[in-house]
Amino acid sequence: MTDNAERNARYGKYVEWISPKTDYTHSLVKAFVAGGLTCVTGEIARNLLGMIPGVTDEQAAVFASVLLVVAAIFMTGLGVYDAIARHGGAGSFLPITGFANAMSSAAMEFRAEGLITGTAVKMFSVVGPVVVNGVVWSAAAGVLRYIVALIWGTI
Amino acid sequence: MILPDTWWGWLLDYVIVFASGGLLCALAQILIIRTRLTPARILVLFLIAGIIMQTLGIYEPLSAVLRSGIAVPITGFGASLAKGAIETALSDGPLGAFAGGLIQTAYGVGIAVAASYVVSVVFKPKSK
Repeated sequence: MTDNAERNARYGKYVEWISPKTDYTHSLVKAFVAGGLTCVTGEIARNLLGMIPGVTDEQAAVFASVLLVVAAIFMTGLGVYDAIARHGGAGSFLPITGFANAMSSAAMEFRAEGLITGTAVKMFSVVGPVVVNGVVWSAAAGVLRYIVALIWGTI
Repeated sequence: MILPDTWWGWLLDYVIVFASGGLLCALAQILIIRTRLTPARILVLFLIAGIIMQTLGIYEPLSAVLRSGIAVPITGFGASLAKGAIETALSDGPLGAFAGGLIQTAYGVGIAVAASYVVSVVFKPKSK
């Protein structure tokens, strides 16, 4: 009996030793680098697009994020984005590229169930909460600022 | 750009973008490890943070310094939604609050939907 308990304890230690460590700092560094690099890519695109005559910095920012979105969706199609996401963690889903990846991978995954009942239905299955919360909370923000402006007498 | 137009000003701009974008993602990674929050919930949290920052008027001065470091993460999407909703509410009346956010972000969402559709037709998902 005691022999058994001792063996269990030893086995427990062995399991702990052999199972992969969820390396805390390592995953943080990877998320930091992946997220930082994505933002730098966006900044480079924004600065380059801003050099085009007649394009304002604000327009350049919109075009840059569109470029990031299209690139991420294309990379998802090729299966490249998944490879990055396996290492990047939050660094690959928090930027707008992660939003695009979530949409396109859901669309691709359910393509087999048809273009309408598969792709079209499931496209927003992951990013739906983001769009719904975005619309609701931003509408609340708009109404709130409208009321504040009314009270302030600026409208 | 608020930094001087010299080579080190440009470099510093990219360092700030890298550091701020990286920090936001590291913060999200801490939330994943330390709490039971799923990625979808974290996305919504950061989105709402962006909307609140825009509503309080602290997003614009922040993004003037951090630029893509705060605009590329989902906080930037939230801030754009709120910017459009607030501007349209102030110009067209309170109903504009429900349209402005979508108008402001229509480029990104529209292209993302169309591109995802095309990609799902063209590419086969890789077996995992």
